[in-house]
Amino acid sequence: MMNFAWLIPAIPVVSFALILFFGKKMPRQGSEIGIAAIASSFVLSCIVTVQWIQRVDETVSEHGLGIVRAIGKGLLANSEEGVAITPVINTVEWFRIGTLEVAVGTQIDGLAVMMLFVVTLISLLVHIYSTSYMHGDVRYTYFYAALSLFTASMLTLVVAPNTLQLLVGWELVGLCSFMLIGHWWEEKANTNAALKAFLTTRTGDIGLMIGVIVTFFAAGQTFDIVQINVLALEGHGGHTIWMVGASCLLVGIIGKSGQFPLHTWLPDAMAGPTPVSALIHAATMVVAGVYLGARMYGVFWQGFSIADGGVNPMALVGGITILIGAALAFVQDDIKKVLAYSTISQLGYMVMGLGIGAWVGAVFHLFTHAFFKALLFLGAGSIAYSGTHHSFDMKKDMGGLRKHMPVTFWTFIIGSFALAGIFPLAGFWSKDEILATAGQGGYEIFMVVGLVGAFLTAGYMTRCVWLSFFGEYRGHAHPHESPKPIIVPLIVLAVFSVLAGLANASAFGIEKFKEYIEPHGEAFPEVLTPQFDVGLAALSFAIVVIAIGVGGFFWVDRRELRALKGLTDRSGTAKAGHSFLMNKYYLDHLYERGIVGGIKGPIARAAYWLNQNVIDGVVNAAGRGSAALGRLTYRFVDQDVVDKAVNSIAQETGNVGGLLRYVQSGRVQRYALMLFGAVGVLALSLVIFS
Amino acid sequence: MIAQNVVFWILAVAMVLAAIGVVRSNNLVHAALYLVVVLAGSAAQFILLAAEFVAWVQVLIYIGAVIILFLFGIMLTRAPMREDLALDNDQRLAAAVVSLFLLGVLSTLLIQAFGDSKIDITGPQGSELVNNGRAGTLAESIFSTYVLPFELVSILLLASLIGAVVLARRD
Amino acid sequence: MILAQFLVLAAVLFCIGVYGVLARRNGVLVLMSVELMLNAVNINLIAFSAYLRETSGQVFALFVITIAAAEVGVGLAIVLLIYRNISSPDLDQLDQMSG
Repeated sequence: MMNFAWLIPAIPVVSFALILFFGKKMPRQGSEIGIAAIASSFVLSCIVTVQWIQRVDETVSEHGLGIVRAIGKGLLANSEEGVAITPVINTVEWFRIGTLEVAVGTQIDGLAVMMLFVVTLISLLVHIYSTSYMHGDVRYTYFYAALSLFTASMLTLVVAPNTLQLLVGWELVGLCSFMLIGHWWEEKANTNAALKAFLTTRTGDIGLMIGVIVTFFAAGQTFDIVQINVLALEGHGGHTIWMVGASCLLVGIIGKSGQFPLHTWLPDAMAGPTPVSALIHAATMVVAGVYLGARMYGVFWQGFSIADGGVNPMALVGGITILIGAALAFVQDDIKKVLAYSTISQLGYMVMGLGIGAWVGAVFHLFTHAFFKALLFLGAGSIAYSGTHHSFDMKKDMGGLRKHMPVTFWTFIIGSFALAGIFPLAGFWSKDEILATAGQGGYEIFMVVGLVGAFLTAGYMTRCVWLSFFGEYRGHAHPHESPKPIIVPLIVLAVFSVLAGLANASAFGIEKFKEYIEPHGEAFPEVLTPQFDVGLAALSFAIVVIAIGVGGFFWVDRRELRALKGLTDRSGTAKAGHSFLMNKYYLDHLYERGIVGGIKGPIARAAYWLNQNVIDGVVNAAGRGSAALGRLTYRFVDQDVVDKAVNSIAQETGNVGGLLRYVQSGRVQRYALMLFGAVGVLALSLVIFS
Repeated sequence: MIAQNVVFWILAVAMVLAAIGVVRSNNLVHAALYLVVVLAGSAAQFILLAAEFVAWVQVLIYIGAVIILFLFGIMLTRAPMREDLALDNDQRLAAAVVSLFLLGVLSTLLIQAFGDSKIDITGPQGSELVNNGRAGTLAESIFSTYVLPFELVSILLLASLIGAVVLARRD
Repeated sequence: MILAQFLVLAAVLFCIGVYGVLARRNGVLVLMSVELMLNAVNINLIAFSAYLRETSGQVFALFVITIAAAEVGVGLAIVLLIYRNISSPDLDQLDQMSG
C-alpha cells in the first residue's frame, strides 16, 4: 500500500472536481462525496501507518535484539551504528529541463505517516461536523468542494519528496485558506481578513521560494529533500550557504505558521466558518510551516548550528511568539480569537522546539496540539451554534453554559486541560518533551520561556472557560446541546486529546513516537534524547495548577477582588498597558500604514506618522509601562530592539517608495516606454558583450 | 532572382511608408486603410517566399476580418474622423527615440547574425519550398505534430470570444 | 534573395509598431500598432521557414494570425469598456494607478 500512497491526496482532488460539477444535484448537496472521499483517504492513511510500523519493526528485528532494546530505551540516537530506516519513495517524472529531472510522487516515512493520519482524521471530523454547522448555508456545496481541495493540497504537501512539490502544495494550501476564510464574502470584513491572510503568508512565501532556490544550488542542483538534508548535514559547500538557506526557509515558516512578527493574519482568519478555523489551526495551513521545519531539518540543523546551544533565530522567533501570543490571548473577548492567539503561542512552542533540537518534542506537540486545538475550535463552534445564536463574544453572550451544554462543556474542559498541560493529558507530555530537551541541550533560557508560556496558557484558558461556561448566562438565545454531527467529533477528539500523549509518555518508558516517527540515518541529525526529568515535569505541572488557581481566583466573582478588577478603567498606567495589548502591539498599524502606506504616500507623511504613532506610542507605553505594576508588568515584551529595527526598515521603505513614486505615473504607455527602452539596452549589452 | 528582389524592394518601401502612415495619420479611418496596405504587402511577401496558404489566410483573416473589426471599433467609440492633432500623446519624442534605438540594435544584430544567409528558391529546392507552402503539407503538420497546440488555440479562441462578449456586454 | 532583407524589413515594421504603441493616445490606434508588431513577427517566421525549409515556421505563423484575431476581439472589447467608463477612448486619462 505504501507504493500507492499517491491515492491519499488524489482521492480528495477527484472529490473536489466531482462536488464542483455534480454536488448540487446530489441529495445531500455534495457533502456525501466529500465525506466518502476523506473517509477513504483516512482508511488508506491508517493502512499506510500500520504498514510503516511493520516496516520499522522488520528493519529493527533484522538488526538483532540489542538494537530493539536500545530503541526501547530511546538510546538509538546515541549508539553509533543506528539503523537506517529508509523512507519509501515513489516518483514519476514531472518535467525535465536539460539534464535536471523534476519528479512528482510520494515519500512515506514516519513524519509523513503521522501527518497523513492527523490531517485525514481531523479533516474527516470537520467534514462531519460541517454537515450540521454549515447546514442551509448559501454556498454549502462550494464549501465542501473547497474543503476537499484544502485537504488534498495539505496531503500533497505532506507526501512531497522534493521541495518543488512541497512548494506547490504550500501555495495551494494558501489559496484554499483564502477561499475558505473569505467564505462569507458578502461582508467586507471577511474579504479583508481573507486578503490579509493571503498577502501576509505570501510575504513569507517569498522567503520560502528563495530558500528553495538556495537549497537547490547548495545541494548541487537538486530538489530532492532527502539529498538536500544529507548534504546539509555534511556541510557541503560551506556553512554560510546553509545558513542563508535556513534563514530564508525560516521566513517561510514565520509567514505560514503565524510566528512573530507575521502572526497578525491568524486572528483575523477567524472570519471564516468555525470548522475551517479548526482545520486551519489544527491540521492544515499553519502546521505546514512547522512541518517544513521538521522535513528540512538537516538544513536548519546545519544552518543555525542547533547542536551548539545558545541562541539561534529559530528558537528566538519561537520563544518570542510563545510569550506575545499568550499575552494577547488575555485581552480578547472573542472566544475564537483567544483560541487563535493560543494557536500562535503553541506554534511558537513547536518552532522553538525545532530551534533547540527537540525534533521529537516539536513534532509530537504538533500531533497532540492538532487534536486538542481542533477540539477547542469545534467546541467554540458548538457554543455558537446552539448556545449563543452565532456569537463568539464571551463577555456579552456566554456564561453559565455548563448546565445547558454538558457534552460541549466536558469536552471543552478536556481540551483546555490538554492545552494547559495537565497530567496525564496530551499537552503535558509533548510540552514536557520540548522543555526537557531545552533543559538538557544547553537552552536553559528557552526552558524558562516555555515555563512562563505554560503559566500564561493555563491562565488564559481558565479565563476563557470561566467566561463561557460558568457564572450567569448573559446571552439572549435559548441554549441547548448541539446535534449529533457536532457532538460526535467533539467526543472523538476528546478521546484523542486524552490518549494521544501516551504515544510518547517517556515517564512510563513508552516512546512509540520516537521509535516510529523519528527518522534514522544520514538524512537526519543525531538529536538529543532527553531523559525524563521528574523535577521539571513536576515544576511545569505545578506552574499550570498555580496558574489555574490564580486565574480561577481572579475571575471568580469575589468581592474582595473588585478593587483589582476595575484596574484597567481607573489606573492610567494599567490602561496604557491594556490598550497596548488590545492594539496587538500596534503591529497591524505598523504594517498597514507604515509599510503599505509608506510605499504609497509621500515620505513626510510616513515619517510624521511613524514619529507620532509608533515611536511616541512605544516611548509613552514604555515610559508608563515601567511604572506599571501588578498583573500587567509581566506581559511586556522588550519592544525596544525589535521596534527600532522595524521602524528603520519602514522608514527606509518609505524613502525608497517616495523616490519610486515618480516612476509610477499610472499610465500604461509610460510603463511600456520604459519596458521597450530597457529591452533595447539589454539587447545592446548582448551585442556588445558577445 | 533579380525580378524577385525588385518586387521585394517595391513592396518593402510601400509597406514601410504605409506603416508610418498607420502611426502618424491623424485620421483613424485612414490609419486603418494604411494598415490594409501593410497587411496586403506582407501577404505578397509571403507569396514571394512560397508560403501560399499562409498568404491567403493572411488576406482572409487580417484584411477580411480584423480590419472590419477595427472599423467597427472606430465607429463604436465614436472617435473623431476629422483631422485631429490630439491623436498622439506627449511622449512622442521619447517613443521615437526608443523605437529608433531598438531598430538600430535589432538590425545590427540581425545583419551580424544572418548577413550572408541566402534563401534559395530556384531549381528543385524551389519546388520543395512551394510544396511546403501548400495547404496539404501544412495540414499534415498541424494535425500530427502540432495537434495539441492547435486544440489549445481553438480553446483560446473560444475563451476570447466569451471574454469579449462579457466585457462588451451592457449590464 | 538574402534572409537578412526580410528580417530587417520585419524589424523596421516592428519598431514602427513600437512607436505607435508608445505614442498613440487612441486605444484603437494602439491596437493597430500591435497588429503591425505581430505582422512583423509573421514575416520573420515565414522567412525562416523558407530559409530552413521547414513547415513549422508557417504553422506558427498561422497560430500567430489566430491569436492576433483573438487579441483584437478582446482588445476592442476593452477599448469599448474604457470608452463606456470615461466617455473617451484616450488612454491618457487612464491614470487611476498613479502613485
